[in-house]
Amino acid sequence: MASRRAHSSGDRDKSSGLRNGYSRGPRLNGKPASDLYKKHFYESFEQPPLYVPVLTYMGYGIVTLFGYLRDFLRAWGFEKCHAAQERKEQKDFVPLYQDFENFYKRNLYMRVRDNWNRPICSVPGPTFDLVERVTDDYNWTFRYTGRIIKDVINMGSYNYLGFAENHSEFLKPVAEVMMEYGSGVCSTRQEMGNLDKHIEVEKLVTQFLGVEAAMTFGMGFATNCMNIPALMGKGCLILSDELNHTSLILGARLSGSTIRVFKHNNMQSLEKLLRDAVVNGQPRTHRPWKKILILVEGIYSMEGSIVCLPEIVLLKKKYKAYLYLDEAHSIGAVGPTGRGVVEYFGVDPADIDVMMGTFTKSFGAIGGYIAGKKELVDYLRGYSHSAAYATSMPPAIAEHIVRTLKCIMGLDGTTIGAERIRKLKENTRYFRQHLQQMGFIIYGNEDSPVVPLLLYMPGKVGAFARRMLKKNIGVVVVGFPATPIVESRARFCLSAAHTQEMLDRVLTVLNEMGNFLRVKYSRKPRNSCPELKYDENYFEFDI
Amino acid sequence: MLKIPWNYSKKEGSFFPCPGQQSPNKIVHWLFVGHYWVQLCFYCVFQAPAYHLILEGILILWIIRLLFSKTYKLQERSDLTEKVTESLLRNGSQNHLSLQYQRSTLPPTHKIVVNGNECINFASFNFLGLLDNEKVKNVALASLKKYGVGTCGPRGFYGTFDVHLELEDRIAKFMRTEEAIIYSYGFATIASAIPAYSKRGDLVFVDEAACFAIQKGLQASRSNIKYFKHNDMDDLERLLKEQEFEDQKNPRKARVTRRFLFVEGLYMNTGSICPLPELVKLKYKYKVRIFLEESLSFGVLGEHGRGVTEHFGVNIDDIDLISANMENALASIGGFCCGRSFVIDHQRLSGQGYCFSASLPPMLASAAIEALNIMEDDPDIFRKLSQKCQQIHLALHGISGLKVVGESFSPAFHLQLTRSRGSRENDVKLLQEIVDYCQNRGIALTQARYLDKEEKFLPSPRIIVNIFCIWYSASLSASQNFIVK
Ligand SMILES: Cc1ncc(COP(=O)(O)O)c(C=O)c1O
Ligand SMILES: Cc1ncc(COP(=O)(O)O)c(C=O)c1O
Repeated sequence: MASRRAHSSGDRDKSSGLRNGYSRGPRLNGKPASDLYKKHFYESFEQPPLYVPVLTYMGYGIVTLFGYLRDFLRAWGFEKCHAAQERKEQKDFVPLYQDFENFYKRNLYMRVRDNWNRPICSVPGPTFDLVERVTDDYNWTFRYTGRIIKDVINMGSYNYLGFAENHSEFLKPVAEVMMEYGSGVCSTRQEMGNLDKHIEVEKLVTQFLGVEAAMTFGMGFATNCMNIPALMGKGCLILSDELNHTSLILGARLSGSTIRVFKHNNMQSLEKLLRDAVVNGQPRTHRPWKKILILVEGIYSMEGSIVCLPEIVLLKKKYKAYLYLDEAHSIGAVGPTGRGVVEYFGVDPADIDVMMGTFTKSFGAIGGYIAGKKELVDYLRGYSHSAAYATSMPPAIAEHIVRTLKCIMGLDGTTIGAERIRKLKENTRYFRQHLQQMGFIIYGNEDSPVVPLLLYMPGKVGAFARRMLKKNIGVVVVGFPATPIVESRARFCLSAAHTQEMLDRVLTVLNEMGNFLRVKYSRKPRNSCPELKYDENYFEFDI
Repeated sequence: MLKIPWNYSKKEGSFFPCPGQQSPNKIVHWLFVGHYWVQLCFYCVFQAPAYHLILEGILILWIIRLLFSKTYKLQERSDLTEKVTESLLRNGSQNHLSLQYQRSTLPPTHKIVVNGNECINFASFNFLGLLDNEKVKNVALASLKKYGVGTCGPRGFYGTFDVHLELEDRIAKFMRTEEAIIYSYGFATIASAIPAYSKRGDLVFVDEAACFAIQKGLQASRSNIKYFKHNDMDDLERLLKEQEFEDQKNPRKARVTRRFLFVEGLYMNTGSICPLPELVKLKYKYKVRIFLEESLSFGVLGEHGRGVTEHFGVNIDDIDLISANMENALASIGGFCCGRSFVIDHQRLSGQGYCFSASLPPMLASAAIEALNIMEDDPDIFRKLSQKCQQIHLALHGISGLKVVGESFSPAFHLQLTRSRGSRENDVKLLQEIVDYCQNRGIALTQARYLDKEEKFLPSPRIIVNIFCIWYSASLSASQNFIVK
């Protein structure tokens, strides 16, 4: 299984007091730097009671033992092996997979496989319809029953602003462009695939982000891994957060630069690496690094944490490094007018050298952008791997992005965009506060619409997801290797399209489920009873 | 810093160091000891050879320098970067040719408006003309109405739609393989598939002319790469033999080193076809697995458009993995890999572009399904396409100064200068003049774009000519005349 954190050096440092339910009074060089933050910045990573990780490890141990036993039975033909086999003609080739590679898949993943890749057959809006599937052989194969599970509440899609929708009125311009241009492009940006629609999107993105220029690409993943190599090369240093997304890691690796990893959102660790890099230069030769690039994300999708941007900007200026900020999850989702973490912290966009983001999340489309200074974007137009070798964004998608951007910016003459941003913020606070009140351990920033709820034990992961589906709620659960081995979790993504009733239903069910599965591990003080109060004036907003 | 343990006696104002409460006797004793040492030094100085003295002198001076030179302070050193930090961008980006993008306004179908001129399009990879097909558009529209635009999630997390499953199924059936997997971007397909199988330490044999996506995938896999000359089977066999010899020396390592052979059906960079039957023979002889990239040949070659395997009549099961993008003949977006389940299924957890990126928008998947329907219903288009290719190929032969590179049945071939104008830059300029000339006269051509610094084996400058099967002969002959110039 591909690990998301392929280059993280190991488990996170739990001993540093930083992680345990701290209210981050931001610090720099040991001095509090609270004046950097215009508002309260609270992130929590509470640790469970000690018996939880112990039991979790035991759980994995038992599953592994049984895995060996069953592999033994399979090898001797006592148990039928369902996995696809190598062709007879090629049995004498070097095996395509090493045995241990698939041990995890055969013996752990297969037991809970039904909780992923669930097929849906409607808009991935606040509720969706799932195609029912059953298995007759313990998840090795699935059979579709032909029935449809209607109106499942969707707590999994990254539909932050609710733009995954199919109102015919909203879709009209998209449909028109599609009928005019067709669905694809059939060429690259540098050859014949530079359409007027792309230029329109780029203008709007530029305006939205308050930068000099922007360029769009056909896929968010590829935006990272095909542009970082155009910027960095041999003799350059990349400092990357340990929880960065695979696409950033891959891009960094493809660039051929040296990569060093700092602890998640830990400014001391970053500063140490920066100082070390500036003082010592390259290994052996001690020549100074050609360039130093800090790679961070806006919101980390597995932790729900928000990057400490003001401190990073300070550090970056102090050590003359460059900053690459991936706003995949944060653009549209945070900030008073949805302009991402840059606006959330009130940082000047000109201080971020490369602003990257994707259109797959808040905008409900596909593709990515890179924005920044005009020279940067002009340079990328010439040298980005994506511009020269990969197909450009389909015009209909571009039209959809234009529409959503206009809506968010209020250029369509309505306040729908602003309302959605406000609603998302409300939903986020509401949901997070109630989960915390109920005694769940949830990670991350109080303003992050990504809400990880810690389940820890592998057995509970499968049980949780299945039972939630029985109650018509679709949740995402993630375990090792996407998370540290003891920190399996469920992840909720809030959306502006979630209504009060939906959230209340989810919360009620979660409350029962938490009691049933005994996953309310939090030891934080909470108010006596978690009543589900929803009041428009309940929260303060500084918009 | 040295700490001086003695206090200077201020009272007497003398220079004598006065250790605490010690008596004068002690001081006298110390003076004696000092005197003795000074005498000893003089004695040594007069006895020692000259070079010794010089050396010692230098040594003492050096020690003094070390003692007095400044210790190294962090804050002061950090300004060091100011002078050496390079700009994030490489120099010379300003007047790069590719900055001057062509700007197309009408849909890039067979007619296109480029920089304000209406042209016949020879520049897009829309071979079957499906981009402008009403049926495809209508199906995509219906899908748009049902599912909206984006999927808002990777395949694992509610990003799997019923149309994705249908498309995978249809592709597998069309190609007559066990399983297919789709990606949301053509480039990411082979670039993610390669590192899913080939790991550090594995051995990879690649054609020199392999496209950029393969090169990037190989780089990500960190395997050992061996390049063989373009389409040169003898060279490949030589490499394989060499490897066999190596293996005999180290059989234990050989038993765990996977070997792969990466080839393209029709090469994007040269327009020529790979000798698949020979490759398959070599596969079984030397036990390497063949991965075949068919982005140009899928939907083009073969009686039913199944690509090079059908063209040569090779059993598709002999190829371990076939990958192609749906951005050329299928005129949609995305890519797929197909083959046996044993091979393909592995990507569902290990293909990075598959697991960690949002899935293909359902309307594009529906468009691809409809395009497949059309290809299945009317295999005649492949014959027509091949005819048109040959016609244009013939017509373009014998233009003075330009040579045609590529197979005559390939819908994407290249025009190259017969004689170089000295440097790459001049060649590029001349070709650009030709492109501009044609564009002003209603023919859209484009140069193949390469990133000079990134390519392992940089192809020489060239113009790509793409053929559509839906052109009318009248416009064709007109075009020929113009290109002939
Ligand atoms: C931080 C980050 N960057 C990039 C991506 C990839 O974006 P896309 O889904 O548009 O390929 C993701 C998606 O999950 C992400 O979380
Ligand atoms: C199985 C699986 N699929 C997909 C993903 C993609 O997650 P994201 O959308 O954050 O990239 C993950 C995340 O780690 C995963 O573990």
